[in-house]
Amino acid sequence: MLTAVIALSALALFSSFLLAVVARAFAVPVNPKIEEVEGALPGANCGGCGLPGCSELARRIAEGKADVDACPVGGESVALKLAAIMGKAFEGGAVRKIALVLCNGNDQVAEKRFHYNGVRDCTSAAMLFGGDKACLYGCLGLGTCVGICPFQAMRMLPNGLPAVDPAKCTACGKCVAACPKKIIKLVPIDKRVHILCSSHDKGAKVRKICEVGCIACTKCVKEAPEGAITMHDNLAVVSYDFDIPDAVAACCPMNTIHVRALDGAIERLEEAASVSGGAL
Amino acid sequence: MAGGKFFGGIHPKYHKELASAQSIEQMPLPERLIVHFAQNLGAAPKPVVKKGDAVRKGQVIAEPQGFVSVPLHAPTSGSVQAIDLFPHPVGADMPAAVIVPDGKDEWAPGLNAPRNADGFDAEKIKGIIRDAGLVGMGGAAFPTHVKLSPPKEKPIDLLIVNGAECEPYLASDHRLMIERPAEILEGASLFARALGVQQVIVAIEKNKPEAIEAIRSAIVERRGYSLRALDVVYPQGAERQLIFALTGRRVPAGGLPMDVGVLVQNVGTAFAAYEAVHFGRPLIERVVCVTGRGIARPKNIVAKIGTTFNDAIAFCGGQRGESGKVISGGPMMGVAQYSLEAPITKGTSGIVLLTREEVAQFVSDPCIRCGRCVRVCPMLLNPSALSIFVERLRFDDAEAYHVIDCIECGCCAYVCPSRRPMVHHFRRAKAEIRSKAAKAS
Repeated sequence: MLTAVIALSALALFSSFLLAVVARAFAVPVNPKIEEVEGALPGANCGGCGLPGCSELARRIAEGKADVDACPVGGESVALKLAAIMGKAFEGGAVRKIALVLCNGNDQVAEKRFHYNGVRDCTSAAMLFGGDKACLYGCLGLGTCVGICPFQAMRMLPNGLPAVDPAKCTACGKCVAACPKKIIKLVPIDKRVHILCSSHDKGAKVRKICEVGCIACTKCVKEAPEGAITMHDNLAVVSYDFDIPDAVAACCPMNTIHVRALDGAIERLEEAASVSGGAL
Repeated sequence: MAGGKFFGGIHPKYHKELASAQSIEQMPLPERLIVHFAQNLGAAPKPVVKKGDAVRKGQVIAEPQGFVSVPLHAPTSGSVQAIDLFPHPVGADMPAAVIVPDGKDEWAPGLNAPRNADGFDAEKIKGIIRDAGLVGMGGAAFPTHVKLSPPKEKPIDLLIVNGAECEPYLASDHRLMIERPAEILEGASLFARALGVQQVIVAIEKNKPEAIEAIRSAIVERRGYSLRALDVVYPQGAERQLIFALTGRRVPAGGLPMDVGVLVQNVGTAFAAYEAVHFGRPLIERVVCVTGRGIARPKNIVAKIGTTFNDAIAFCGGQRGESGKVISGGPMMGVAQYSLEAPITKGTSGIVLLTREEVAQFVSDPCIRCGRCVRVCPMLLNPSALSIFVERLRFDDAEAYHVIDCIECGCCAYVCPSRRPMVHHFRRAKAEIRSKAAKAS
């Protein structure tokens, strides 16, 4: 009995001594700031910054290789915290962005070419003739963006289009990358005038297949301040560097231009969607 | 020779009786042809005609781009009305020339003349086959001359002429073997000469006794040629499965039949080679099996490349009732079409019309891991695990589980009790893996 106690104690002592020596000899110097920075980051590991996860971004920020506002999810509040940790100046004041689906062709107003019965995923659906929508630029409505959102900020509306919850969207950009039609954009939350169409088809074709598509009539280009709306290959595109008066929307014969501040609650948007078919 | 049954496979209902007794009929010229430029695997040929040009039958309208590419020829004489995007039966809208026939069906000079091919050497034969725009006519449309040009370190000792036609419904190869056995064997002998191969096997599934009989009586005077009747199991006509069943040789993953000294050519391709070499006729028409319960009179037709599905269906008496689905190719590996403006291409072996009652509308359920798909996968993959990986967007894992070796035969989806769209998942994974590889390089 006694022998066993002594033997094991001796073994324990020896082992702990060995561990202590090894820990000293092979110690890896760690920048204490990394841990501090990582603690301040949201920890969603969403990849929105373009790096594998929050730890990698934390390492880069701590080493000064990334800016304190490199995390798109954390926004201004996290950037301010990080600036304090890193002892850097950070102005703040940048306007938060959120995702916006630039298609308003819901099930009621946009033609479908065929009945799709395959994998319920937009990217897979797009592999067969570009999807069932007659408009090759339109939202396929199978919710790939909704499924990939790490913040549950998107949901499918009953009209077949996804909606973004402004309160939850962090502009991480996952949906932007996942959308096979590339029709989701990150836009400043304080802008009110949006053109909800991505179609580069000619006006005559758009009229046939969608009731709310841009027909490239260029009326809005003339109504809006110089340069605020420009034509890109049969599509009017808003430049968010400008403030466009709400009245411009009224000139659109197809109701493609919508006036809506993006900072409302999602419930309000769903209500709007059920009335006018809005994708905001 | 060793061989036997390959692993897995299924026994679907074949429905071959709908069209297998119908003699091949020449379809008259339609009012317009939609000729896609991309008709071969590899690089699409570059158009050399423009709107308004007059063309003659057999005239080159698109030049090959690089080695893995073949020229494209005008299927008849007439004028190019437009060049625009049209639905391509492979599942995308692609550029095509609309040719309005002038009704004269006038050949371009130097074509369509019988010639004695006895003195032609291997290079000459390969050249003719390339210039005639030949591609594999079983469906994949891989340029034939490329297959006939294996590298020196991979000698070919066996040519397999594939008359298995294991896809349900289709009977075009079946009819061709019954009606043109001597021509098919002559075409095969041209391939054999181009490769310097002595041994040729014609492989036919046992459910085509008339075809077996026709080939058997035509094959007797040819030395080194043999006929093998194969068990009826899908996908018996898939290249790797066919090679294993006949020889016991296994084509390595990611490899080609030439890695085990074998070349496989479809009977339709052999016939086209005969036409090209002996008569100087480029590939401008093919046998298409228009069948299914949704068509009034199922037929095997010789249609010009570019004939729209609409015209082909009208020639076969039109649709019977309301079609539920129109498929280019067979029901197992074919692609459902949304528009009957899609035209017949070099790879279109059949048009299958299913009635509304025959088309199952279903919602797919989660995988219950019953393993039926594992038991039928002829490539010995694990479709169950793969489909779950793809659903979770774990394409790296799918790659590690060899999704790239999937031949898209559809056996797994056929047996799945959860009705999961397996092949669709795998095609997605392959596309993701290829685009990742393309980005990396």
